[in-house]
Amino acid sequence: MIVEIKVPAFGESVTEATLASWLVNDGDYVEMDQSICELESDKATFEVPAEKAGVIKIIVEADTDVEIGVVIGSIDTSAAPAAVAAAPAAESASAEAAKPAAPATPGTPAAPSNGESYAAGHPSPAAAKLIAEHKLDAAAIAGTGRDGRILKEDVERAIANGANGKSAAKAPAKSSPAAPAAPVTANAGFSRETSSKKMSRLRKTIAGHLVNAKNNTAMLTTFNEVDLTEVIALRKQYKEIFKEKHGIGLGFMSFFIKASATALMDFPAVNAQIDGENIVTHDFVDVSIAVSTPKGLVVPVIRNAESLNLAQIEKAVYDLAVKGRDNKLTMEEMTGGTFTVSNGGIFGSLQSTPIINAPQSAILGMHKIQKRPMVMGDEIVARPMMYLALSYDHRIIDGKEAVTFLVRIKELLEEPMKLFLEI
Amino acid sequence: MKFDVTVIGSGPGGYVAAIRAAQLGFKTAIIERYPTLGGTCLNVGCIPSKALLDSSEHYFNATHHFKEHGIDGAVSLNFPQMIKRKGEVVDQNVQGIAFLMKKNKITVYHGHGSFADATHIDIAKDDGTTERIESDKVIIATGSKPASLPFINIDKERVITSTEALSLKELPKSMAVIGGGVIGVELGSVYARLGTKVSVIEYLDRIIAGMDKDLGKELMKTMKRDGVEFHVSTGVTAVENKGNSVLITAKNKKDEEVQMEVEYCLVSVGRKPYTDKLGLENIGISVDDKGRIPVNEQLQTSVPGVYAIGDVIKGAMLAHKAEEEGVFVAEVLAGQHPHVNYHLIPGVVYTWPEVAGVGHTEQELKELGRAYKSGKFPFKASGRARASMDTDGFIKVLADKETDEILGVHMIGPRIADLIAEAVVAMEYRASAEDISRMSHAHPTYTEAFKEACLAATDSRPIHL
Repeated sequence: MIVEIKVPAFGESVTEATLASWLVNDGDYVEMDQSICELESDKATFEVPAEKAGVIKIIVEADTDVEIGVVIGSIDTSAAPAAVAAAPAAESASAEAAKPAAPATPGTPAAPSNGESYAAGHPSPAAAKLIAEHKLDAAAIAGTGRDGRILKEDVERAIANGANGKSAAKAPAKSSPAAPAAPVTANAGFSRETSSKKMSRLRKTIAGHLVNAKNNTAMLTTFNEVDLTEVIALRKQYKEIFKEKHGIGLGFMSFFIKASATALMDFPAVNAQIDGENIVTHDFVDVSIAVSTPKGLVVPVIRNAESLNLAQIEKAVYDLAVKGRDNKLTMEEMTGGTFTVSNGGIFGSLQSTPIINAPQSAILGMHKIQKRPMVMGDEIVARPMMYLALSYDHRIIDGKEAVTFLVRIKELLEEPMKLFLEI
Repeated sequence: MKFDVTVIGSGPGGYVAAIRAAQLGFKTAIIERYPTLGGTCLNVGCIPSKALLDSSEHYFNATHHFKEHGIDGAVSLNFPQMIKRKGEVVDQNVQGIAFLMKKNKITVYHGHGSFADATHIDIAKDDGTTERIESDKVIIATGSKPASLPFINIDKERVITSTEALSLKELPKSMAVIGGGVIGVELGSVYARLGTKVSVIEYLDRIIAGMDKDLGKELMKTMKRDGVEFHVSTGVTAVENKGNSVLITAKNKKDEEVQMEVEYCLVSVGRKPYTDKLGLENIGISVDDKGRIPVNEQLQTSVPGVYAIGDVIKGAMLAHKAEEEGVFVAEVLAGQHPHVNYHLIPGVVYTWPEVAGVGHTEQELKELGRAYKSGKFPFKASGRARASMDTDGFIKVLADKETDEILGVHMIGPRIADLIAEAVVAMEYRASAEDISRMSHAHPTYTEAFKEACLAATDSRPIHL
């Protein structure tokens, strides 16, 4: 039996994805549930598992935009793994011998119905011309014609989507025959090569979201700084016991997320969102945490952070970070969030103005902890300091609210006992 | 004057190249040594021969089939009128080309063009003057002219080529046709239908040798029935003009000398590329052993900026092949990347029944060792063909044994020259025989025979057989 491999629906708003890579080769034998390819959506990368065991036939090449439901390959379940197939040769031979006795069924199409048509990927004459002119790889274009033939419109779509090709030959030269352009003179010996690579879908989406947030909100940033002496002391004192008890290290993130969640409960506007002409408030805090992955920044969500204890938050952060790194985050894990915490400090950032993760209304930027001379009483002492930045949407959050919210976080972190006493 | 593109020769390759170049925005000129545009095809080839084929077909029907259709009455042949009408058809067509040149703002030069250098062409005009024009790019489309054999003197009186055969003053009582290729059988068929005793002498063992064997066999059968005599495997050794007749000496299969005396001898042993006084030596182009101009994949000659298309380069000497190449070069000059699918240029013979083929012949598939299956449908079984009394011929479809992809289509029968287009479309899209079998073909038409042949090829299941 031939089982089609289709692009699965993996989120309500997702209609298109990029077939980022095949994890198996054409003709490979795969086990059921083995990951066979990677799909990259707006939000993340997913691995598609094999529905059945069998031999893979790749129809759509990697690095192609695909719509949900499109057939990208097939699995021939009747085929056996290569190693196994070779062994019982005698058996299959006798089976073959028995076969011819059965007469051909009347009306059986002569064309082989198993697997892909010989014509799949065959471009029509007009399509072939476009492919040549745009230096496209025909194998990378999904043919939507009968049996996978590549139609003119398929190539036009591939060009519109900025397919793998370089820019086309220019429009027909008017009034004078095309002549090769004179090469730009450059310093000999220095490379002036540029290379152009298609933006990943994730990168395109990130770009769109960021510009959208910048353009559609009244965003500004307020700063403060926090003295982390107490947090550091707590970590030092209870690090080992904590790890023993909870099976996870006690980091800084849990303090910041807990402090944020606590403050957000006190300042519902910072935890709210604008939805058209309405303001939506939440009586829960779902904190999105910015996780850097090989493919770009993703923001998975810790649900009900206001109700979690530090150990539960640490575990959640760890799990999401690992999944992000391995491209294993699910759509569900990436959706929602009422507030975002972003830690640029791990890369050494001292100050920054983060961009709101729309439609949220505020984002907390953490930075590098640095010992700085601080005046305590009348003395100058070295204290482990971190600048805090809160970017917020002024349309919904007043300046006073934003500043006092940030001060509240500062207090909760400078006197962590307040976190536990909930004061 | 300075042009972007200049085309030398205004046949179907040349004038199409000029129009396409003009469409693409090039300032274009075309040079023609004859007074009228259109080249061999329009003046002394496809169009006039088709005009005569149609006229002779009408006459043949009137004298052979009308009675059966229920039309009585005597008809007589007015041969000069037939030639005159042919002339009018040619005139209308060449005027059409002149109009198209004007419409596309293409400058037309009448005179013999030759290269001074790669970008300058001297045009020797009828009035003895010479004009030099400059052009960035030049497309050579000078075509071909009838070839002969070394021992034959073509006197254009009794020993003639296709050109003269299209403008004879009288209807010959007898005619020998040397060469059973496309041109020979077409013109032989014209005169046979008008009542001339036609004998075709062919060196090979079959006629229209480039096409699938079955087609030649069937065509010979129908032409023989219509009174044409065939001498295959027979090599002409001498042709002598005796004043009012021609004496032809040949050696047959058994190496016996045979002689025949006829009123006219048509020499149709092929065509050769025409590059006389083109000044190729001035730009360093030398032709190959067959007189053709060597070109690369872009149809560019060894001289950058100088291109060549049609009969003057390699490949089938067909008007529609030249047209494709004309468009191809113009688009290449504009920086586009067109294609010419040489494998799917149909070959057509305008006899009646017409003959056409595209893709691989059965013989080629055997040589290639390709596993194929064949489906054939005879026009005898076609309702439409019976209605018009055109029951000669068949359509044969060759398909890949495994995939069912159509690999070749070979047809002989009524309106086949038009029908072959469907096979070309199917093959350009790599259709399977079953694909065609599953497409509706209007009834009653000749095209149904193609569908039936596809059904036969797919699974040996034609409906009407």
